[in-house]
Amino acid sequence: MFDNLQDQLQEVFDDLRGKGRLSEDDIRAAMRRVRMALLEADVSYKVVKEFVSKASARCLEADVLDSLTPAQNVVKVVLDELTALLGESDAKLELAPNKQPNVIMLVGLQGSGKTTAAAKLAYLLKREGHNPLLVACDVYRPAAADQLATLGGEIGARVYRSDSKDPVQIAREGIRCAIDNLCDVAIIDTAGRLHVDEDMMQEAESIKAAVEPDEVLMVVDAMTGQDAVNVVEAFSERVEFDGVIMSKMDGDARGGGALSVRQSTGKPIKFTSSGEKPDSLEVFHPDRMARRILGMGDMVSLIESAVKVQQEEEEAEAAARMARMDLNLNDFLDMNRQVRKMGGVGKLVSALPGGDRMMAQGQVDEHALDRMEVIINSMTKREREKPDVLNGSRRARIAAGAGVSVQAVNQLMKQYGETRKQVKKMMSAYGDLEDTRGRRGKKGKKGKKGKRGGKRMAMPGMGGMSMADIKRISDMLGQ
Amino acid sequence: MGLISRFKEGMSKTREAFREDMNLILNRGPAVDDDFWDGLEEALIVSDMGVYSATTIVERLRSEAVRKGYRDAYDVLEALNDSIAAEFPEGAEGFFDEPCIVLFVGVNGSGKTTTTGKIAKQAKDAGRQVILGCADTFRAAAIEQLEVWAERADVRICARERGSDPASVCYETIERGEQDGADLVLIDTAGRLHTSADLMRELEKVVAVVRKRANLPVKLVLVIDATTGQNGLQQAREFNDALDLDGVVITKLDGTAKGGIAVAVAHYLQIPVVKLGVGEGLEDLKDFDARDYARSLVGDFAAE
Repeated sequence: MFDNLQDQLQEVFDDLRGKGRLSEDDIRAAMRRVRMALLEADVSYKVVKEFVSKASARCLEADVLDSLTPAQNVVKVVLDELTALLGESDAKLELAPNKQPNVIMLVGLQGSGKTTAAAKLAYLLKREGHNPLLVACDVYRPAAADQLATLGGEIGARVYRSDSKDPVQIAREGIRCAIDNLCDVAIIDTAGRLHVDEDMMQEAESIKAAVEPDEVLMVVDAMTGQDAVNVVEAFSERVEFDGVIMSKMDGDARGGGALSVRQSTGKPIKFTSSGEKPDSLEVFHPDRMARRILGMGDMVSLIESAVKVQQEEEEAEAAARMARMDLNLNDFLDMNRQVRKMGGVGKLVSALPGGDRMMAQGQVDEHALDRMEVIINSMTKREREKPDVLNGSRRARIAAGAGVSVQAVNQLMKQYGETRKQVKKMMSAYGDLEDTRGRRGKKGKKGKKGKRGGKRMAMPGMGGMSMADIKRISDMLGQ
Repeated sequence: MGLISRFKEGMSKTREAFREDMNLILNRGPAVDDDFWDGLEEALIVSDMGVYSATTIVERLRSEAVRKGYRDAYDVLEALNDSIAAEFPEGAEGFFDEPCIVLFVGVNGSGKTTTTGKIAKQAKDAGRQVILGCADTFRAAAIEQLEVWAERADVRICARERGSDPASVCYETIERGEQDGADLVLIDTAGRLHTSADLMRELEKVVAVVRKRANLPVKLVLVIDATTGQNGLQQAREFNDALDLDGVVITKLDGTAKGGIAVAVAHYLQIPVVKLGVGEGLEDLKDFDARDYARSLVGDFAAE
């Protein structure tokens, strides 16, 4: 019952994969599960209905059935339909270059994360070279303006606040303040509202009329249930917004609301927001969201973060050593640190196909890397560079130093040995990879390739994924 | 009764939406056929009750309808009312009445601080000796927000600067509560997603400290936003696994046509719903009554 969408669909398709050919009944059975899963993922009932009938129809088409791997086709059809529903292109923030200031207004329900999103937006704009001003128009929630002021202070953005109780007046003054201080973007944080509340809706309309925003963004909590449709429709009618920020994406909600929003209003989802840190506002990618909902893992994001890490210089050096087909414990340590920079084993694993399930089943030990680092740190420089010198007494000394058993040291060395072997094998196969690089079509396929590589050595604490995979992925992109 | 009518007022949107759906079904006549059951299931799913809860309830009703020979849709709806009410476990009554220490936990933006403030106000008005503790030392301005509530409720508050250790704030709150002779200690904690292992561990530590220091029974209350979809169940489960919850508060019931997640949480975790937030006013925090809740959700067709 508590299976998430990912698990449910995987189960469905695991069944399908078992067969060479699919009958209508197979597809119907799969689609029933898809329907249940989407409903459990909070996709609106109507949208689910439409989706399932469309997808079933496409699955039943002959060319799909006649193809070699029918199960994969079902996955693809479902994925394509989902992506299409979510909007096909990446929508970005439209700012007029000559307007002073551009005005962005944020609206949304109480507790959806408007104030946090406002600060994140300011941070994003600041990094893009803008000079944003935050305007605190929430005069109802106690200390809302204080919150914005604190967040603004943390990211170094100017905040306009006033003791006035009239949000329209504050908004107007805020714009003036932006002009006076040469801020090119004003971000207006409004009071959270319940959409049934006529007064609050009225207020949002008045603010909108007063400041004529270039962008009105609605913040929608990714955890919202069936009501998401009603909420966005109500807002869409009264304060016509241009796009949506999905917040709280760092939770494990599947975010089915995103589908409903897009479908019922036609408005694009522009950003996703996850976590408390100011840099966690990301441009929305429909294909990745579809993957997240479908549980295919957010491979692209993972690869991107791998690339970011890869670009650092120490990594380049390590890669050079790897190219010489050798790997010492320092490299091993680097690789572990790399994993941590990408968000730790946990994030890495859950971004992989089936990863969520592994995490849920407790197959992943998030602290395995920490323990390994402790052991390696107890070695001398020479031991790290030339691990072959490690004999019994050295191992005993290291174990005592790291506060672990000798077995743990042995296990680490075994893992290291396997990784080294794997790296050698991989490097000699590097030429083959060069060929595949040319024709990288579908982004997801790339991820799968990593998953399929024959015999594999396991990274500590992680079932199917190996360090070599990550390195390989990043190598492929970091060319 | 004033209380029930206020509650009903808050829930009227829920009821209206449900009745709309049900009327659509009922217009198909009194025949209890497959369409009726499908329609009923849809209506329940749309209330955020969850596919499984909805299916379970519908299936049970279906076999009951045959066994007991329900004549028409109205009979079924009455049974549905009973059925939903039966999902809620006992234990909600007088939850805050005995002297105790209550910690409010939940995800970000669910309404913990507001709920804490409202309960403080209610208890104070009922003649209790209340002290508030602000263990949300993370979110910007959370302390200021609770301070405003303390002022409104005219109760004492124990808070430290932002970034300090939440466990030590709790410790101090309990200590001060003891000095003041407080019989209700309400502690607001920082919102956290149940998926954040670090923050959940932090919360476990806070609770452990409170339990160790406590001179009164400790109760843990999860606050859930009524607009939350099926993830609400996951939240409840994770928080329950980590902390062993004693009660659930459902907030923002006035802003939405749904609220079915309360049924799902009650059904799977057997945790009583102790309060309902049905509005933004100080007084809009209601006692929970399973029969009222079910009646408000389903509407009372039979009586009309």
